[in-house]
Amino acid sequence: MNISKDLGALINPLSKDNPVIVQVLGICSALAVTAKLEPALVMTISVTAVLAFSNVIISLLRNTIPTSIRIIVQLVVVAALVVIVDQVLKAWNYEVSKALSVFIGLIITNCIIMGRLEAFAMTNRPWPSFLDGIGNGLGYGIILVIVAFFRELLGSGTLFGMQVIPQWWYDHGYQNNGMMILPPMALITVACIIWVHRSKNKDLQE
Amino acid sequence: MNKQSNSYTIIYASLLVIIVGVVLSVVYQALRPAQLDNIANDTKRQILAAARLVPEEGETVADLYADHITDSFIVNTDGQRVDKGVDAFDVNVSAEAKKPAGERLLPVFECTTDQGVKYIILVYGAGLWGPIWGYVAFDDNGDTIYGAYFAHQGETPGLGAEIEKPAFQNQFEGKDIFSADGAFQSVLVVKKGQEPGDGRAYVNAISGGTITSQGVQKMLASSLEPYTGFFKTLKESKQS
Repeated sequence: MNISKDLGALINPLSKDNPVIVQVLGICSALAVTAKLEPALVMTISVTAVLAFSNVIISLLRNTIPTSIRIIVQLVVVAALVVIVDQVLKAWNYEVSKALSVFIGLIITNCIIMGRLEAFAMTNRPWPSFLDGIGNGLGYGIILVIVAFFRELLGSGTLFGMQVIPQWWYDHGYQNNGMMILPPMALITVACIIWVHRSKNKDLQE
Repeated sequence: MNKQSNSYTIIYASLLVIIVGVVLSVVYQALRPAQLDNIANDTKRQILAAARLVPEEGETVADLYADHITDSFIVNTDGQRVDKGVDAFDVNVSAEAKKPAGERLLPVFECTTDQGVKYIILVYGAGLWGPIWGYVAFDDNGDTIYGAYFAHQGETPGLGAEIEKPAFQNQFEGKDIFSADGAFQSVLVVKKGQEPGDGRAYVNAISGGTITSQGVQKMLASSLEPYTGFFKTLKESKQS
């Protein structure tokens, strides 16, 4: 019985309970880091790591945390993990850490993380909390990668920095859509994903 | 134990902060060497970019740097080499920029390329939102710009941030910073379509990035001027 519940914690956030397109959390970073696929992927991995470990840590501490400073304790744990992720990135992938610059630090304010800590980790055991963190991180990441795919393909004609639109298209008058690089197009792309997702899942429609 | 009491809360918070502090310092200490390596590599990449050198696939920045940067030294405003016990690579320009012109340490990187010996100089200034900096490579006549590289901390993407694009940087190639009679005149950054009447060297500014463009102009004037002495000695040694 527990297995199905654990599995649910992992799988539900991928579609039916997706943090970005159903709960509409973490939108700000979805705008900021999705102009190219590589930073979107690194952001996904970073958020997933922070989310999974902060969920586990808070879940382990959940019975000791004084309620009056509950949010502060959560923030300290999240902030510490984010700083660690930032330091690791600076040491291992300096280029990407330069590209993501301030957005790594802003993971601290990503609503998904505080949301999951409050809603799940404070009342569940470490293992389901870990799965919930992974699931939500990946659910966030799927959307980021889909948005980044379209923005990079249409905006720059590349994927992961590799040219995919053939040169003869450009020779025949095809042009990259510069609008796709700008943040507003990320919102519109997210809206399109929500549209498709809602029309497939009638029960989510309001 | 009463978990809602004040003393429990205070002790809990203090312990948490101490543990987190210790963990973070350990992580910082452990990763610091790798981070410093990355920063040094990034600086080397920027220096090489000014001399139009980009590492090819499979080639590391450090190797390319070791191959081409044959010397680096510090000069004073008279153009004489000085030995202050500091490596040119480690000079902190933002601190130097605050010193009076006469006391500044002026780093120079000598770069040997297929096109002869180039001298790369560090420039530093302010953009709209924060610092901007760059490296400018000069021919051995101490006058003509061979290549330029600019970077910024947080200029507006698509506007001021365009200074880091080749389209802007390539404009500087071949510009002379001294007038025909030998007076220092720097390079102007003027609105596209305009040109300074007095025949001074200029490049096109970035439309929409006016303050950053002016920042580049000011940065070049203020950072290159102290090197006038060095450029003169280069010119004289070239003529003799």
